[in-house]
Amino acid sequence: MLDSLLRIIALTIKEFLAVLKDPKSRISLFAPPIIQCLIFGYAASYDLNHVPYAVLDQDHSRASRMLLAKLDGSGVFERVADLNRASDIKPWIDDARALLVIQIGQNFERELMNGQTTTVQLIADGRNSNTAATASGYVSSVVAAFNAEIRASKGEPRAAVTVVNRVWYNPNLESRWFMVPGMIATLTMLQTLLLTSMSVAREYEQGTFDQLLVTPFHPSEIMAGKAIPSWIIGMIQATLVLIVAQFWFRIPFAGSFLTLYACLGMYLMATIGIGLLVSSISATMQQAMLYNFVIVMPFILLSGLMTPISTMPPFFQTLTLANPLRYAIHFVQRIYLENAGLDLLISDLWPLLLMGVSTLSLASWMFRHRFT
Amino acid sequence: MNSQPTYDRPMAKLRRIWALVRKESLQMQRDPSTLLIGILLPVVLILIFGYGLSLDVKNVPCVILLEDPSPEAMEVAAGFELSPYFKTYIVTDMPQAKAMMLNRTIDAIIRFRPDFARNVALGNAKVEVILHGSDANYARIIQGYAEGVINQWQVRRMAAGKQANLGPVIVQNRMWFNENANSHYFLVPGLIVIIMTLIGALLTSLVMAREWERGTLESLFATPVRVEEILLGKIIPYFALGCIGLTLCILSSSYMFNVPLRGSMLVLAGSSMLYLLVSLGMGLFISSATKNQFLASQIAVIVSFLPAMMLSGFVFDIRSMPSFVRFITHILPARYYDELLQTLFLAGNVWSIIMPNVAILALMAFVFLLLARIKTQKKLD
Repeated sequence: MLDSLLRIIALTIKEFLAVLKDPKSRISLFAPPIIQCLIFGYAASYDLNHVPYAVLDQDHSRASRMLLAKLDGSGVFERVADLNRASDIKPWIDDARALLVIQIGQNFERELMNGQTTTVQLIADGRNSNTAATASGYVSSVVAAFNAEIRASKGEPRAAVTVVNRVWYNPNLESRWFMVPGMIATLTMLQTLLLTSMSVAREYEQGTFDQLLVTPFHPSEIMAGKAIPSWIIGMIQATLVLIVAQFWFRIPFAGSFLTLYACLGMYLMATIGIGLLVSSISATMQQAMLYNFVIVMPFILLSGLMTPISTMPPFFQTLTLANPLRYAIHFVQRIYLENAGLDLLISDLWPLLLMGVSTLSLASWMFRHRFT
Repeated sequence: MNSQPTYDRPMAKLRRIWALVRKESLQMQRDPSTLLIGILLPVVLILIFGYGLSLDVKNVPCVILLEDPSPEAMEVAAGFELSPYFKTYIVTDMPQAKAMMLNRTIDAIIRFRPDFARNVALGNAKVEVILHGSDANYARIIQGYAEGVINQWQVRRMAAGKQANLGPVIVQNRMWFNENANSHYFLVPGLIVIIMTLIGALLTSLVMAREWERGTLESLFATPVRVEEILLGKIIPYFALGCIGLTLCILSSSYMFNVPLRGSMLVLAGSSMLYLLVSLGMGLFISSATKNQFLASQIAVIVSFLPAMMLSGFVFDIRSMPSFVRFITHILPARYYDELLQTLFLAGNVWSIIMPNVAILALMAFVFLLLARIKTQKKLD
């Protein structure tokens, strides 16, 4: 027992030396998570803060200028052109120089003064319909504020029913609060999977695996020696991303670190088990890498990070149940933003535990049968 | 007669390239993992993007918290119950609603306070919409739907001659190129960007690095084959593989997902092949610069695939990124290709967008292939 433990420790040290002795691979393990978290933390946001728009103001009245001033003053909209003819709209949208064109008809002010309702046309470039819908939503809220002012100035009674929005866990509705914690799980998965499967595949390819097999190591000890360093490196990577999230992006951490690390530990066990399983079916590094990709892409796409799981069709929702990243993103966000305790996370943890145990034992079976 | 050595004759060149191409394609056929990326992965991604992913939110689970079971409140609540965007549960006290929000069985609480009916009469009633904000984009969509439901109620009320707060200014939305805001319309072009990047950069970065690592490139150096010929021998088969993936994508986009192709097929095919050359060049450059499979794979993932997904403008709007990230997107080929595809599929042949993007891609293809050529020297270090 003690011997076995000592052998595993020796192997772990050897593995760390193999990974860390090369300065290039040292950098490639720790720099990318930080850089990616920084870049994607800024980039991966559905929030718009720079919407170029053009105006076709056919009214040229005080009222229309008031409305446009509200848009210009919002800090989000940037007026790129004042158009004179309706035929000018098409080139501005086609060339993607303006995301929106706002057309104010010539009766705008008159209808307002007469107490009638009047319309403003909004044309959006729907090439990315999500961005277009978000931008249109911003216009609607500016117009709603404008309406409230008009009604107040006329001394009309307040509205019968208004909507008051309240948001829990993310009061300003910032996409980043969702994306960056999600990246703790995503970026670590990407690299631990690759690291684990490639380090085993490299030994096959270079023939050093045979050398390991003539040592007194039991196959499961060799496996443990591959799993433990990856697990530790994964934990370090998660910590780096967590540091960026808290100290660079200043996303407040509501939960407990102990809970987070306990859950991450279980999650990494599942990803490393998958990595070992991949390496046990691949003969070369190229195969290991490509198989990894075939697995990782669906994992990321069906994780709920890019699009919510609840909008997927039922069949795909069922598929996500086999995706460790889905659970990890869920628990990281719940711990990070909602301060969820272990009792609330059981539904995320038992599938991960199951995956970890089954992939690790299957991988160790494959290891034994391949080499004995 | 002929002063040229025999190995420099054009026919000999062609024969050598052909031999290399054959060698590479045999290797491809015998290693299933290459075909897996070239053909199976595109199919899997097409299915996921086409059927799995959607930003069209429907059936949001939410609770209607009726602290005031008056007819007025019930009337507004009915708007939520009938809306296809909401799947509602009715609850009468806050602790129960809160518990459902905590274990995330619902994403929103629509709250009618006890004094709702009285305030409607006074003309200042409020409906509280409490959102689970952890996924901000999703929450914002729900918020928009909730406001829509209330607005519709106002319209009905106004039609019935009662006081309402609609207007006076009403925004009429029109979305060009995608009238029904179908999210497939931008997901599918983005998918083509990702697949072309994967086949090009990822595959080639590995194959070349493997030859360096195993020393098989050394044995090639001992033959009369030229460096350009070695590179061409790598480019041609993977280019062909990429064209298969491209065909799969284009066929599925129009026949499975009904994304309109408003531009010309010729320009689409041409610019896609150009992009394939860019990403092949990038892959070859990465592998000849690193000469190590592990590093090459890591770098290929970091510089090609992830940026193609996150920074190409396919999901996230580039204009709203901070300036240093915008700067990074400018050196990213995927950005130009994505712009081309979105325009070609949805807007048509807008030459003012096509020409500059094609020119930049052509320049990038040239630069990457040149760099790959410079980094691949018949020298051993």
